[in-house]
Amino acid sequence: MTPQLTKKRRKKITGRKVTLTISGWTIALIFLAPYIEMMITSVKSESEILTIPTTYLPQHWTWSNYITIWKQLPLAQYLRTSIVVSLSATILVLLLAVPAAYYVGRNKFKGRNAFLLLVLITQMFSPTSLIIGIFREIIRFHLVNTWMALILVYAAFNMAFSIWILSSFFASIPVEIEEAAWIDGASRMQALRQIILPIALPGLVTAFIFTFISAWNEFVIALTIESSPAHQPLTVGLESLIGQYQVHWQYLFTGSLIAIVPVVILFAMIEKYLVSGLTAGSVK
Amino acid sequence: MTTVRKRYRIGALPWIGPAMAVIFLMVLYPAFEMVKTSFMSIDPTGTSHGFAGLSNYRTLFRNPNLVAVLERTVIWTISIVVLTVLISLPVAQILHAKFPGRRFVRYALIVPWAASVVMTSTSWLWILNGYYGVLNRILISFGLIQEPKQFLGSQTQSFTWLIVVAIFVSVPFTTYVVLAGLTTIGEDIMEASTVDGASGWQRYKNIIFPLLRPALLISMVINLINVFNSFPIIWVMTTGGPGYSTDTTTTLAYKISFRNADIAQSASMATINFGIILLFIVLFLKVSRWRDDS
Repeated sequence: MTPQLTKKRRKKITGRKVTLTISGWTIALIFLAPYIEMMITSVKSESEILTIPTTYLPQHWTWSNYITIWKQLPLAQYLRTSIVVSLSATILVLLLAVPAAYYVGRNKFKGRNAFLLLVLITQMFSPTSLIIGIFREIIRFHLVNTWMALILVYAAFNMAFSIWILSSFFASIPVEIEEAAWIDGASRMQALRQIILPIALPGLVTAFIFTFISAWNEFVIALTIESSPAHQPLTVGLESLIGQYQVHWQYLFTGSLIAIVPVVILFAMIEKYLVSGLTAGSVK
Repeated sequence: MTTVRKRYRIGALPWIGPAMAVIFLMVLYPAFEMVKTSFMSIDPTGTSHGFAGLSNYRTLFRNPNLVAVLERTVIWTISIVVLTVLISLPVAQILHAKFPGRRFVRYALIVPWAASVVMTSTSWLWILNGYYGVLNRILISFGLIQEPKQFLGSQTQSFTWLIVVAIFVSVPFTTYVVLAGLTTIGEDIMEASTVDGASGWQRYKNIIFPLLRPALLISMVINLINVFNSFPIIWVMTTGGPGYSTDTTTTLAYKISFRNADIAQSASMATINFGIILLFIVLFLKVSRWRDDS
């Protein structure tokens, strides 16, 4: 290759790179825009929010909104519900999905395909499409305005995903590792707990984060069956501000950001597994 | 032979039984309960007055809003699913190439995916606000409009904005699926196609796109189900209003039961919706060739 050619080629690549960089950063800006606007509004004062034309950036950065919100809204209550419900649902999912996924990933048994099909189909069901049935069932079981109702529904609707992702993790672990433990006198449960689970940790973390976030963000079910503020999660509690005579936008967005930031960090942590998880059972 | 099989069946139950029980109790039973409710006579207090045959469905079909809502649901679902793919393909292509800050851009795309759709919609509602919204400010300062517009004022405009927000929420997942597809294609195929001397567009059309098709189909069917079921965007931004003018079948079903207190009529709408979703799921199983890998 002549030096001239290399030079030409490098020039072409840099041109392309500039276009790419500009497009890439524009995409980032577009997808962050509503959250940037949230952040800006969350540090404006109420009087500044209600000025026309609106200001791009706050004239007075009212960081105190992040402190006063706790007095202005039952935010601690909403937060507690969101944490308790999401954590409980996630733990319940893992407790039940790990043994199921382990067994399915390790054994061929009659009804295995039927079970996998059941799991795959229920993964496609959303609580929204079954809300009437869920509502009637919750009333029948006297679970209206309880955390238990949300925990059970969220656990059930996330079970499928966790079983899928975990069983593929379990299936990828060589059975010999486990057999060695059995020969050493470990029971099946011991081998699962001490050998297999540590190896399948990325799968466990993915299932945990995914279930947690989907419970954390759920809206329709909580809106329908939790009418008392004491049992409403953040999504429903904050949204109820919109219907009020005077919407306190700054608090609405302060609260929203408190809810969004932790889950974005969690999601970024499992970035690698996001796609394989969501399209589980289809793209190998 | 039978004893062996029996032993195996009992062997599986303690492991998969509890998970199955929760799925049966909280997913399949509500589905059954909903379909059953659609054939019952139920008064506004929730008390059942026995079997009602198809009368709820007849009431639903007489609902003056139904036809418009059905049409809108079709437009809603198809436009969002198609546009999402058309946007995600180039976005994924950009995120697949190397440039400074790519890591950050990829993380930025995760935000709308991880954030609660309710809260994202709330932010859009505020951006589009007719008095204090920042979009009005931007458009005015660029001289594109003279005075503030009520973006969510008329039916057509607000429905268009709902679609925009729904696309905004669907693109990140779809992009990530395409991105995963691009990664599996591998450098050697990409390079081989460059050597052939085909132009960029030809290369994309003839080599890359066909290889992306499986991933694309899966993400489209998943989007189809999610978009059809979508509730929070419409609920937060317009509540299906003014009147019923931006409702889809999902929000209509919700309004009939929880505003008009006609849970049986709502159940018949929801049952029809559920039937449509089951069709989509069959489509998903076909597309993903579920049987092939078992």
